[in-house]
Amino acid sequence: MSTSLLYALVGIGLFSLSLYGLIVHSHLLRKILALNIMGSGIFLVLVALAGRTGEAPPDAVPHAMVITGIVVAVSATALALTLMLKLAAETGRAELPDEGRE
Amino acid sequence: MMLIDYLSAVLLIAGAVFFLAGTVGLLRFSDVYMRLHALTKADNVGLGLMTAGLVMQAESWAVAGKLLLIWLLVLLAGAGVAHLIASGALKRGIRVWKR
Amino acid sequence: MEALTLLGWMFDGLLGLGLLWVAWRALTSPDLFRAIVLFIAFGLLMALAWVRLEAPDVALAEAAIGAGLTGALLLAAFAKLSSITASGDEKQADSARIYSHQLYWIAAVALLVAAGLGYVILSLPPYAAGLSVEVAANLQTSGVSHPVTAVLLNFRGYDTLLEMVVLLVALLGVWSLGGPAIGRGSAPGPVLDMMARVLVPLLIMVAAYLLWVGAHAPGGAFQAGAVLGAAGVLLLLADWRPRAGLMGWPLRLMLVAGPAAFVVMAALLYMVEGRLLAFPPAQAGMLILMLETAATVSIGVTLAALFLGGRPQSDKEHT
Repeated sequence: MSTSLLYALVGIGLFSLSLYGLIVHSHLLRKILALNIMGSGIFLVLVALAGRTGEAPPDAVPHAMVITGIVVAVSATALALTLMLKLAAETGRAELPDEGRE
Repeated sequence: MMLIDYLSAVLLIAGAVFFLAGTVGLLRFSDVYMRLHALTKADNVGLGLMTAGLVMQAESWAVAGKLLLIWLLVLLAGAGVAHLIASGALKRGIRVWKR
Repeated sequence: MEALTLLGWMFDGLLGLGLLWVAWRALTSPDLFRAIVLFIAFGLLMALAWVRLEAPDVALAEAAIGAGLTGALLLAAFAKLSSITASGDEKQADSARIYSHQLYWIAAVALLVAAGLGYVILSLPPYAAGLSVEVAANLQTSGVSHPVTAVLLNFRGYDTLLEMVVLLVALLGVWSLGGPAIGRGSAPGPVLDMMARVLVPLLIMVAAYLLWVGAHAPGGAFQAGAVLGAAGVLLLLADWRPRAGLMGWPLRLMLVAGPAAFVVMAALLYMVEGRLLAFPPAQAGMLILMLETAATVSIGVTLAALFLGGRPQSDKEHT
């Protein structure tokens, strides 16, 4: 078990936990939180797999992709938060409507 | 050479002990003001000791200067933010815990 | 990276468990404010994980953008949300469950996904050089000596161009939706005022330093832009708003400077070299620095404008 493998498995754990959280919660802000943690999990897998170079320095291309990904994630989060606020202003609650609640 | 390593290890561990004390205060104190008090004081001293330990291992004066600058900035930010949290808590009417 | 020693194994194991635990608490905490604060703590733990994985550029970007700016955006949105929805509604509204008997199915699906991905990861070869050999071979002609900067600005410069445009489009989306800007609030107290006055010039200097040092050490345009964005957020929190004259064309110019510089450079290089963003090795360093400077200004102003949330005030007379 190397560092790369350990952190890649942690990243997969984060992805699955936040997949569960994304589906289960109905409040939009919690969904946005879950999406961000999902993104962090995926980045962790990418950078962990980039470190499998043995004694040499890690592969720089996934690092650059993850930096790009972090910036894109913050832009998407900002847009998603504005959409949530508009929805809350229109309907009074920041949740998706419950259709078919038994 | 070895003396420097031992000294910096002692300083780092002392800093960690202060951080532990601050965290215990965060968990155990019953009032936001007391928790702020424990956190800022203990963490600032802890970070100062850790910075001193790292400065001994620094390769050049520039790196040591940057480490000291980091400590000073954390001091400034920590003090300012603790003040803001405490005054916000006062405005919200959170009263100081009396026995 | 070498295999784990015992101490490294203990530290990495604790950090991994801590990441999973904080993420779980952030996802399932019944208090929404606590969930956001736990998310910020999660971001800082991720920065530690990046350092352990020998990715200091990613650690800088995560601490500044992932934990700091995303946390600030979430807190600002939470504050606006609390003032929009009824004040008592918030605690009930964010209780977790939709359908309690279907939770087990969803958990089973998540576990299956985890198991499948885990199996794939475990069956990957333990040593894979990836593209590091090619990057190291071409580093001399790229104009910088830090591999991540070379990849971001030279080898995959097209991706960075598109990323600048993504930032701009997100801001356009936020402005078009016409959401509320964060309120003016009362005048800042003396502590916040002093902090802003002392820290903002220092932040600008640090951003310039990060921009310069990115050529040969961890740093670069995105980290510098994030620090500039943090300076903008601090100014906005200290209740400073730029003069009305600065809100029109100068603001637009600063927002567009980054993507425009990339597009213009791409077009010029296409005319000279025959391919988009193909830097000639002799001038590559200087061209990359020019691109990075424009990108830093743009990223900083865009992130601060995203935090502001709504259109700047002076647009009211135009719409």
